[in-house]
Amino acid sequence: MNPRTTLAVAHRVLIQLRRDRRTLAMLLVLPCILITLMWWMYDDANPLLFDRIGPALLAIFPVIVMFLVTSVTTLRERSSGTLERLLAMPMGKLDFLVGYAIAFGLVAAVQSVLAVAVSVGLLGLDLAGPLWLLTVVAVVDAVLGSALGLFVSAFAQTEFQAVQFMPALVIPQLLLCGLLVPRPLLPDVLGAISDVLPLSYAVDAMQHLTTSSATGQVWRDIAVVAVFAAAGLALGAATLRRRTP
Amino acid sequence: MVNNAVEVRDLHVVRGRHTVLEHLDLTIGGGVTGLLGPSGCGKSTLMRCLVGVQQVAGGTVTVFGEPAGSPALRARVGYVTQAVSVYNDLTVAENLRFFARVLAADHEAVDRAVESVDLRAYRDDVVGRLSGGQQSRASLAVALLGQPDLLVLDEPTVGLDPVLREDLWQLFHRLADTGVAVFVSSHVMDEAERCDRLLLMREGRILADGSPAEIKQGAGVGDVEEAFLAIVRKDAR
Repeated sequence: MNPRTTLAVAHRVLIQLRRDRRTLAMLLVLPCILITLMWWMYDDANPLLFDRIGPALLAIFPVIVMFLVTSVTTLRERSSGTLERLLAMPMGKLDFLVGYAIAFGLVAAVQSVLAVAVSVGLLGLDLAGPLWLLTVVAVVDAVLGSALGLFVSAFAQTEFQAVQFMPALVIPQLLLCGLLVPRPLLPDVLGAISDVLPLSYAVDAMQHLTTSSATGQVWRDIAVVAVFAAAGLALGAATLRRRTP
Repeated sequence: MVNNAVEVRDLHVVRGRHTVLEHLDLTIGGGVTGLLGPSGCGKSTLMRCLVGVQQVAGGTVTVFGEPAGSPALRARVGYVTQAVSVYNDLTVAENLRFFARVLAADHEAVDRAVESVDLRAYRDDVVGRLSGGQQSRASLAVALLGQPDLLVLDEPTVGLDPVLREDLWQLFHRLADTGVAVFVSSHVMDEAERCDRLLLMREGRILADGSPAEIKQGAGVGDVEEAFLAIVRKDAR
């Protein structure tokens, strides 16, 4: 790995995002709007429920958004020939992947800061743990989403297929992560499945942060998510081939 | 001192059910070498082998004494694919600055490359909004950034106007004069005359190899297109 090329990739991805104003606006504003919508729904019916769902959403948005953005953009690199060109240059596979992860991690950090500001500042979400740690969790979640997106882009021939991996890979995690039913209340089999899915730990980390000021459990959850993200990046690197048929 | 930039030995490439390159033996030296043949004859596959991005079924490709695609070669070989492989949503200059950083090329390299392909007036335009010819010139400029010793150009002049095509061929010869081995493919026969050496390719095999004059003389005809036809007919018999 070479920091010069890694940063070159990250810088380039950020320039591309800056040029695509509509995508950037949606990346930053949509999570805030959706969280506000959730708050509004539950505010009259069951205000306590928002305290459980709010943190889960803060973990889920970075994963979903970065999964979609990364799978489509890397697929575009594969099909446009720019990836082949880069791999024929002095560029390590990890430079490419980590460059993407850095760029999207930064966007996720901004996205989370905005979403947290809205949740805590306007919607009255209580946060027991430190605010900065919540941002760390969000960034690790975003890197997880990027890693999963990179991985599936290897198995999709079109952007259409890439988007279909979302219901296949992300929605099951979303159903079992504790957003709809708290994880301890899941049937045993589903609970066991939920225990091996990365999004469960992402949501756990956020929920610990809102309920307790002790950070030990949060760091353990972050470590689990980070391991999944690293494994996703490694698998993604394995799917990047310099020589293709 | 390695005399030949490229040495291909018994290169065999199979794609799906089709044999694309059939036990090819070939050397490429300095000067401008043209690879001519109809679309689908294996030109792009051969070029991909030289750059080291093609899976091969057998044989070896050696570039400057090293196996094609080895890390030491990646900065020394410039490659332009047939597709425009630059980022559509970046400007010409942003694209070039990015690839220059990857190649560790100096800052003037960007200006030189823009100059070489005559895109000065468009350097701050987003590539996606340029014409097809301008886009392929932007893609070509990327290959010129690192001052490569071997340039592999897959149909770089498709869709360009005659004046610009002339300019680019002059550029290829200028580069060749400075010692760069230039390997250009084309399916346009009138470009053949501009090469120092010609390889005529058909169905994964090299049918003729020599200077344009030698090839015409060998076939006993007045232009390369007729020579190609004569050689193909002779080969079929």
